[in-house]
Amino acid sequence: MPRIPVGTAVESSLQWLVDHAGGFFDGVSAVLLFAVNTVYTALVSPLPFVLIAVFGLVAAVTTRSAVLTVFTVLAFLLVDGMRLWTQTLETLAVVIMAAVISVLVGVPVGILAANSARVSVCVRPVLDFMQTLPVFVYLVPSVFFFGIGVVPGIVATTVFAIPPAVRLTELGLRQVDAEIVEAARAFGPRPGQVLREVQLPLALPSIMAGVNQVIMLALSMVVVAGMVGAEGLGGVVVSGVTQFDIGLAFEGGIAVVVLAIFLDRVTGALGRPRSSGRRTRTALDTLLRRRAREEAPREPEHAAA
Amino acid sequence: MIEARHLTKVFDLSPARARRTLDAGPDRARAVREAGGVLAVDDVSFSVERGELFVIMGLSGSGKSTVIRMINRLVVPTTGSVLYDGTDVGGMTPRQLRGLRNERVGMVFQHFALFPHRTVRENAAYGLKARGVPRRERLRRADRALEQVGLGQRGGAYPDEFSGGMQQRVGLARALTTDPDVLIMDEPFSALDPLTRRSMQEQLLELQRDFRKTIIFVTHDLNEAMRLGDRIMVMRDGRTIQLGTGPEIIARPADGYVHDFVSDVDRTRVLTAAAVMRPPWVTAALGEDPAAVLARLERSRARGAYVTAPDGGIAGVATPEALSAAAAERRADLEHCLGGDYTAVPDDTPLVEFCHLTGGHAVPLAVVDRDKRLVGVVPRARVLDAIASAAEDRSEHA
Ligand SMILES: Nc1ncnc2c1ncn2[C@@H]1O[C@H](COP(=O)(O)OP(=O)(O)OP(=O)(O)O)[C@@H](O)[C@H]1O
Ligand SMILES: [Mg+2]
Repeated sequence: MPRIPVGTAVESSLQWLVDHAGGFFDGVSAVLLFAVNTVYTALVSPLPFVLIAVFGLVAAVTTRSAVLTVFTVLAFLLVDGMRLWTQTLETLAVVIMAAVISVLVGVPVGILAANSARVSVCVRPVLDFMQTLPVFVYLVPSVFFFGIGVVPGIVATTVFAIPPAVRLTELGLRQVDAEIVEAARAFGPRPGQVLREVQLPLALPSIMAGVNQVIMLALSMVVVAGMVGAEGLGGVVVSGVTQFDIGLAFEGGIAVVVLAIFLDRVTGALGRPRSSGRRTRTALDTLLRRRAREEAPREPEHAAA
Repeated sequence: MIEARHLTKVFDLSPARARRTLDAGPDRARAVREAGGVLAVDDVSFSVERGELFVIMGLSGSGKSTVIRMINRLVVPTTGSVLYDGTDVGGMTPRQLRGLRNERVGMVFQHFALFPHRTVRENAAYGLKARGVPRRERLRRADRALEQVGLGQRGGAYPDEFSGGMQQRVGLARALTTDPDVLIMDEPFSALDPLTRRSMQEQLLELQRDFRKTIIFVTHDLNEAMRLGDRIMVMRDGRTIQLGTGPEIIARPADGYVHDFVSDVDRTRVLTAAAVMRPPWVTAALGEDPAAVLARLERSRARGAYVTAPDGGIAGVATPEALSAAAAERRADLEHCLGGDYTAVPDDTPLVEFCHLTGGHAVPLAVVDRDKRLVGVVPRARVLDAIASAAEDRSEHA
């Protein structure tokens, strides 16, 4: 068997891209940097205590769990006490950015895949590739394109986090009762109306489960992102490890865990069915429903009661 | 109003390939199967009149749902066409097709297919939302439709808070809000318990009476088909086996399949006087000579003759005794030998309502049409035959 120079081919094509599309990558880099800085600035501008209170409130509203609310407040106070507050927010900003991009890319692709068997078949191996290719293998090229810093971290994280968004969107849409979709079509809605008003709302629990996974995968990438110069908790852990500062590494690790638990429980609660009445509903459903009920004209029956 | 011409549907093959396969040979079903497709509907034609309640009946998988979905093109026919008042649905632009679905056809589904994330009122208003009617107006009209189906006060609830019967009322209201002329109903009551089903059937018949919708109704329950249908189309394996009124199908099933199907039904409620009657052996017109009628009577086994007036109505019954007396008196017509010893029933009376009236007189029970004209007679033996064959079918079935 002769040596097949796959590596050389990849290398030279990457080099070609850098040479010929360098401006494009610089532009993407600038946009991403600006966006993530904006998110970060928004997060750090209030006092830590104010933001911690907001986190507590978010936990209370979405999960309705006193335990988790108390945990959230105490855990973030601990993070602040470890002097890791700004790094945690840097990481949170990266995670939010990566999650938003993943969802913006993943959900539409999932919709296309749900509507066409052909797209579905083509997309699947690409997703497998993105998820199983060892992270470092594309971390290095993204440094190649975007330089050292937070941007290659975001890009690598996004690549890694897109697949669950696509998969769970497709799954959710395919699981929507075909008769209900047909019923909607039978009334002659405009194009896109069925998707917006029936299919997506009914696929929402599954899509939210996808968002939850996207966020968790993004978080799991922060340490790796720290290695290419992204600041934040990744940077803390990496410097702790490289300097044999076990204490520092642990503190960074604990902050990652706090962030992970908080984000997981909150996004999980948005997607997870909560039993109320005979059918189970998601917290998001309940929030939306409350709005619908308020909008509906008052009935005499209710007014009397 | 609606005409289906040679509708054929092949699933799981590309349309071009399906058409080629259909043209290939005489055994289309087999050709399609061997090509890896499903011939769900095979050359079905029928037409439905305005205001008619047309029932499509058949066992599971016989292609009923596919047929009705081709009527509003939720399923695109492989070959054949559907015409509304002469306009071919296949030739419509997407916009016209949306208009047809939104304004002219309402659809009701077996498992209700309500939108679980919307209130009952919003469900009922869906067709108007698709039409772009402002929110306040469409909710008002939804409330009116909910009123019609007896759910006036419950619009704020979510579908999962309702029982099956109530959910299907919402499904019906959703189809009625857009005020379509055609209702397509795919086994709408199959998932309901018998009592609820019965009351929903009543309600549908009432609606039909009040608003004269054209209704195409799918069921696999013959009793339901008989109760509701003006005409019934029986399908099997994608083909039409028989098309006719309920009594016609009961009285003359087209083949063994239909015969098995109808053997379940309670015939005494379905068979009408028109279905079991036979022509009278001897009738006489009022102006006839008594001696001639007496001679005809004596040649037959009849024990009396119905005498008809010039307008076809029954003038009375002439017995042999009265006739021979009149002949002896040399009367010129039958005016003086008429007796009132008979009973007549309208031709649409169900068997169960007239069987006790037979055998009470020398002449068999008379059957008259809407204009009171004599159209046939039912002797007692025929009633017994009809009931006996029903009983026999049932015991065969047990
Ligand atoms: N979308 C589809 N793809 C492939 N085959 C289909 C499809 N829809 C229906 N069929 C097949 O077509 C045939 C007729 O189905 P159809 O649903 O019209 O029957 P039906 O008379 O309505 O039965 P049921 O009483 O079970 O509703 C069946 O063999 C079914 O498997
Ligand atoms: Mg069906």
